[in-house]
Formats: sequence, C-alpha cells, structure tokens
Amino acid sequence: MHETIEIFVNGRAVRVAAGMSVAAAVFVAGEHIFRTSVTGEPRAALCGMGICFECRVTIDDQHHARSCQIVVKPGIKVQTS
Amino acid sequence: MMGCDIAVIGAGPAGMAAAVRAQESGARVAVLDDNPTAGGQIWRGGERTQTGALARRWLEKFKSVDQFAITNCSVVSAEVDPLKLLLETSDRTEIVRPQKIVLATGAREMFLPFPGWTLPGVMGVGGLQAIAKSGLPIEGKKIVVAGSGPLLLAVAAHLKRHGAQVKLIAEQASRGALAGFALQLLRSPGKLFQAGGLQLSLMGIPYLQDCWVTEAHGDGQLKSVTLRGASKTWTEECDYAAVAYGLYPNTELAALLGCKMFGAVVAVNELQRTSISNVYCAGESSGIGGVDLALVEGEIAGYAAAGQEPAARKLFGARKRAQAFANALNSAFALRSELRTLPRPETFVCRCEDVTFKRLQSVSSFRAAKLHTRCGMGPCQGKVCGPAADFLVGWRTESIRPPVFPARLGTLTFDETEQQDIAK
Amino acid sequence: MVTPRSYDCVVVGAGIVGAACARELANAGLKVLVCEKTDVIGGGATAAGMGHLAVMDDSEPQFALTSFSQRLWRELSPQLPPDAEYLPCGSLWVAADEEEFQEVERKYRFYTERRIPVEILDAQQLHEAEPNLRGGLVGGLLMSADSVCYPPCAAKYLTEQPDSPAIEILLGKKVVQMSESGVKLDDGALLSAGFTVLATGCAAAELAPEIEVRPRKGHLVITDRYPGFVRHQLIELGYLKSAHSTSSDSIAFNAQPRITGQILLGSSRQFGTSKQQPGNALRDGSARADEVIDQTSLGSRADTPQIDAHILARMLQRAFEYMPALERMSGIRTWTGFRAATPDKLPLIGLCPGYKNVYLATGHEGLGISTSLATGRLLLDIVLDRDSAIAREPYSPDKRCALHA
Repeated sequence: MHETIEIFVNGRAVRVAAGMSVAAAVFVAGEHIFRTSVTGEPRAALCGMGICFECRVTIDDQHHARSCQIVVKPGIKVQTS
Repeated sequence: MMGCDIAVIGAGPAGMAAAVRAQESGARVAVLDDNPTAGGQIWRGGERTQTGALARRWLEKFKSVDQFAITNCSVVSAEVDPLKLLLETSDRTEIVRPQKIVLATGAREMFLPFPGWTLPGVMGVGGLQAIAKSGLPIEGKKIVVAGSGPLLLAVAAHLKRHGAQVKLIAEQASRGALAGFALQLLRSPGKLFQAGGLQLSLMGIPYLQDCWVTEAHGDGQLKSVTLRGASKTWTEECDYAAVAYGLYPNTELAALLGCKMFGAVVAVNELQRTSISNVYCAGESSGIGGVDLALVEGEIAGYAAAGQEPAARKLFGARKRAQAFANALNSAFALRSELRTLPRPETFVCRCEDVTFKRLQSVSSFRAAKLHTRCGMGPCQGKVCGPAADFLVGWRTESIRPPVFPARLGTLTFDETEQQDIAK
Repeated sequence: MVTPRSYDCVVVGAGIVGAACARELANAGLKVLVCEKTDVIGGGATAAGMGHLAVMDDSEPQFALTSFSQRLWRELSPQLPPDAEYLPCGSLWVAADEEEFQEVERKYRFYTERRIPVEILDAQQLHEAEPNLRGGLVGGLLMSADSVCYPPCAAKYLTEQPDSPAIEILLGKKVVQMSESGVKLDDGALLSAGFTVLATGCAAAELAPEIEVRPRKGHLVITDRYPGFVRHQLIELGYLKSAHSTSSDSIAFNAQPRITGQILLGSSRQFGTSKQQPGNALRDGSARADEVIDQTSLGSRADTPQIDAHILARMLQRAFEYMPALERMSGIRTWTGFRAATPDKLPLIGLCPGYKNVYLATGHEGLGISTSLATGRLLLDIVLDRDSAIAREPYSPDKRCALHA
C-alpha cells in the first residue's frame, strides 16, 4: 500500500498510508493515549477487534468511534481525549 | 430490506465455509461481518495479507459469495419467529429477513487483569497483530508476547517477520501440559508441518513455559513488564506487551435469539443446529477449537442449512478428527489457578467503568456487580470484564438485551418501510 | 444462616421501598429482617426505573406524598454515598404548544400556592436552559428542587448505614406464606415476626391475592457518555394528549442526565393481559429458555421482560422529536421493568385487609423512588400508631381493597 493520504490528528496534519486503521494512524501521529478513563487514567487500544472500546476517539463529529474498526479517509479530523 | 435464504453472521473461517457450501447448494446467501474484509480474526485482512495455503484456498472460494457480503456492519439486534436481523453500518441501517441463520460469530480474546494492564502499550495478542496489520509500525519495537495458547506463537512469528524485536514468549501452561500436546501433534502430520514452519520463524525467540506477566510498568505508557517464571522473576523492557489468555466465544447474538447454551458456548446438534430450528452455529462460538474445526463445522452448517444433509454427514469424520485435536489443544492450554491471584485489590477489572477487584469481591454475583459497582455497565457491556470475572470469581453473565453492540439510537427505531440514510 | 430467627419485623422485598421501611423501623429501635428473593438489593423495579425524585400534582394526595418525600430526600442527600449518584439537577416540564403551556401555567399556580419553588421559562429561556432541545418549543416549567439518583445504590445504602442500627438481610430466599406469627420461606424455614411488611412491588398480589396491584411494563435506554448534553430531568407535557392513561399502551418523552454523563431515556407504559408477576426484568442465570415469542399478541408481549421493538422505536422517535441530536448518538443498553400499578394511581400504605399484623407498602407505579422515604416514615407512624406529617388516609388499603374485592 504505497498511496498516502492526509488526515488530522489532534489538529495536526499527518500523512498516513491509505487503508490504515484510524487506530494505527493515531500511533503513527505520535499519540499513544486514545482516551481518558472515568478515573482519569490514560488508555489506548487493547483488543484490536472492536470489542473493548478503549480505542474510542472522535472522528469529525462522531463521538465514541472505535478507531480500530475504521479505515482512514482523506481529510478526517481525529481527536483523542 | 433484504431477503435471502440464509444469512451467515461472521465472515471468518466458519462463516466463509458455511456461505460457500450453502451457495454451492443453491441457496441465496448473505454474509454479514463487522470488518472491512472477510477472514475474521485469524485471517484478518483477507487476500491482501494472508499467505497460508488454507487461507488462500478459502478466500478464493469465498469470492463467489463475496458479492453478497455486507461488511463493516454490526448486527445489533435479532428476533426469531420470523427471523429478523437489525444491522447498522457507518451510514445506514438495514433489516435482513432470512429463512435461516448461521451464526459464526467467532471468539474474542480473553483478558485477565493484572497490575498495570490498563497502560497504553499493553494490548491483546491477536489485538496487537490486528493493529499491526492495520498499519501500526512495529519495526524495531521491543515486544513481549505473553498469555496462553498457540496464538502466541503465530503472532510472535508474524511480528518478527515484520521487523519487531520479540524478546520472548511467555506461556502460562506447564511443561508437562505442553509435552502432552506435542505428542498429539505427532498424530496430526499436517499440524506438525505447520508447527515445523512455525519453529523456523521463531528461531531466536525464547519460548518460556510456566511463565506469565505479573505486572506492567510505565508512567502513562508501557515501559517494561515483570515476568514470573518457573525459577525466577525478572523485568523486561518493552515498547508493547501482547498479553491474552486464549479465546472466549462470542455468544451474545445467540443468547439474544434464545439459543440454549452449553456452558459458555452455543449448544448445537450433529448438524450444527442450535435449539432454535432455523438457527445454526459453527466455529469458535460453538466451542473453541481452532481453524480446522471451524472450517469443517462451517461446511456442515452451510450444507445443513441449505438442506443438504448427506453432504453434511460426509464431513462428520473430518470434524471428529478436528475435534480431537481441539480437545487436546484446550486441555494443554488450560488456565492455571495462579492467574486468579494476579490482580491486586486496586487493579481494575472493569475498564469501562474503572471498577477494582476489591469492589467486585464485595458483591456476590455479576448482577449485583453490575447494579452496585457499575461493572459491565459501560460500552463493552461486559465483553471484557465478564470472562475475567467468570475466571476470577466464577460468575455467570446474565440475560442479554439489545443492542448487542452499541448502536445509533436511530438504528433502534428503524422502520423498514423507509430506508434510513443518515449521511445527511 | 440466620440466627436467631425471631424479629420484631420482617420486611419482604429489598427494593427501595422495602429498604426505606426497614431503615425507619430499625432507627426506631426495632429488630428488622429484610427478606429478598433474588441475591441483589434493589434489583427489581428499583434497578429498572429512572431514579427521578420528583414532586407531582396529578392529585392532592400524590402531591402531599411526593413533596413530603422530597423533603426527606433532601435531608438525607448529604449522607448519600457517591455511588448513589444524587444529582440536584431539577426537572423541566416541556411545553410544545399553547395548550401545553397553559398546563405549565396551571402547574405554576398549583405549586406556588403550595410553596414549591417553580419558575416559568419562555421559549428563549428554555433554549438557554437546554440548548439541545429542538427549536419551536413554547416554554417550560422549571422545578429546581427536583433531583435524580441511582436507586440500587441508594437502596443498598438505606439497608447498610454504618452509624445506624443494623438491619439483617436475607438474600436468595422467597417468602411463600404470611401469617400472624411471621413468614414461611421457600426452603421451608419459618421466621417469627411481630409484624410483616409487604414491599414486593407488583409481586404483592402473590402473597396477598385480594389486593389489586398490576405490573405496568416500561422500557428504558441508556446512552454512552455525553456530558452536558442534558442538564435537567426533561419531561414532555404532551402526555396530556397521548394519554398516559391507566389502560392503554403509551409513550412519553423523558430524558435524564446521569452523573456519569450518560443519558437515560424513557418512558413507556403497557399493561399485560395477566395479573401474574412477569418476573424480574433482568434475571440471573444463562439465556432464557428458547420460548417461541408470539408476536401477534401485543398483550402477551407486555407480560414478558422482553424488549418490544415497536414500543422502543416509538419511544425513541418521540425523544428525537424533542432532541434531534439523539438520533446519531450511541445507545449502549436497553431494558424493561415492571411498575406496581394500582387502579387509582396511589400506593397502598397500611394494614393489609384481612390481617392484623401484615402491612402493605406497595403499588407505587412510577413514583416508587420518589416516595420511598415518605412511605417508610408513614409506615413507621402507622406501626407506632402516631400522627404523620401528612394525612395517611388516601393511601390506606382497607377502603380501596374492599372496593375491588
């Protein structure tokens, strides 16, 4: 997969391979925290298959998106919390 | 609204096999899966990533069914009498009305809580592989693979092939248990060959038995893990830790439909039929047993659902052989009791709601835990903490309500007389 | 494992009403045992409903009971533990048109006369108070003293206050018979009690067949966390038209902010065809038996804890009419529960007809959480034969049960 596209992670533009999952793109962008737990712990992807909900991020206007299940699209804005 | 003869839920090995055989038998088949391509977990990424002969053979066969597959869809609710499935994709909701259903919902990894398991960088075994396959850079990264099951070996080999520095594999099963399994391998020449191939890939990675991770360390991010082995305890620096303890069946949809369970798995008869006459089940969700068993069960279910009983019966022998191997596998990798002592009182068991082990020990059932501690009340609805609680304190999970996965509220109001397209 | 087996009082049912009664009786020095058939305190209707602590005005007795009880909740609130999730968010009754706004004005007069703090909001003020309500609504009534809580933990707290006299709790045992000397359990054991309090919700008719308490099914949905999306407990006034009556199936928009940031959505009401208790909405154990569900009969559906997709859809569609953004938000769980409904919408608090020492504390319909504390206090007053802060007669079982005998 040689084609790359541009997306935004926490406001920064990042070039990632097309076909990559949003979760992988978050790592590529240098972020390692996806969300904050209810008691304030940093959390990141765990199960990689859409079951655990630890990899949730906001993609454009959609909250609670499971990033390991979603493929990147050009121009999407990803926000971790 | 979609009509079809047979809806196959899950496009992993079992689902693919069922779909292929059902279609060959003349049925109109629809396949529903929440991943972007067929292959399930074990053959994740489909043709793009799979190189094994078995995988390629079945992915090739599946092409004839592929056109009737709905991918990236989540089956959130289901009803019997008549059969009806409510599913949503990222931009629409649909109802499918099949005559019959084959459930091939597979399994998920089993996570056991240990101190530090919630640190970013700690992932599942299949989990790390899945995220790596979907683009996570692992070249040069230090990785510890731990937990239980043959998956550890397959994943470690994959990671190493892609440039990761796999420091070791920690398998909790004992030498004795695994030696017995190795003998079983000798009875299955095909398996031995696979194992041999695996050996070559793994050259240089220590495979430690009687060994498990007791703690993960790091300040907001994983830095190292402490391992306990047969004779010593030590710490390994690592960027990622892939830790999971085997597989746990995904039976939520079956439970929602009302299928009887056999312990934690869906109960099926010799034709892979559940207690509901037009619902079949194959693969890991009817019993953890690996790829070969999943494939033959899928074929049997596909033939049976399409009314081709003789063709199904012809496969009983193959299934029996695969089942024998699966039994040996499950017995070899049974989880040891020391793993129940891993969590500390303050270790979270429920990650969605941050419920500690100590809080869980203060209640007497999973239901009480849900209502009084919020354990299992978060978005995963007990899919991670349920199996852990089952292992740690012996609780059974309780009856299920829709949605099986979190769904858009709009999906739950879906009226099939008007297609709902919410990409407004 | 209960020794000794002789009590001043046995309370049957560890829902919030039973817990409140037990707490009042224990504080008065009585030796109390609470007997609960499941293994969870507050696991029945207590767990299923919205923990809305409201004052209501359908009738004077309803107002008296809810306002008295709200006072008691306010007094208790500083002691409630965090997991009881007490949130003094207030209620907002929402008017979608002029007719409903007249109801706002009527309620305003009613409550003001009775010194309940209320405020009328016009369309602009309503929008400022709740920006996610759709435009075009006419206004609303803000009841700032209303609050919400998480009832299972509140019920647990009531049974376990560390600084109060101990209440003994027996879980997993069902009372099968009541008599003047006490109760008999499903395992054959006999518990001797000076008197018994029946607080089993819609199961009350099992032990006291002459009383008329019927299960009234409700549906609820809870979302993922969206902090700040809803700020008050929201209730529509459209029920005036859609008839949240005592007989037919109906739905009404209700939205509650939880402290967690999740939104609890309701409500629906259905009567089943059977007077039998349909069973705990969330039963322990594995998947239910593979009964074939008869979808042709809506009546029988209302007898089971099963989700009714049509009712759920209607209820959510109604919610979208008030808060359109909900449609795209994530719902993580749905469930049902059974309210204990009486023909005249008032609970039964007092001596059970035909018994000298069995008391009823049941039939609270949708106001069980709200009126639990007052119920406990009234019950204690009755047992001690002393005056109550409010008139007790409207809730008395004897006349009302005789009418239906």
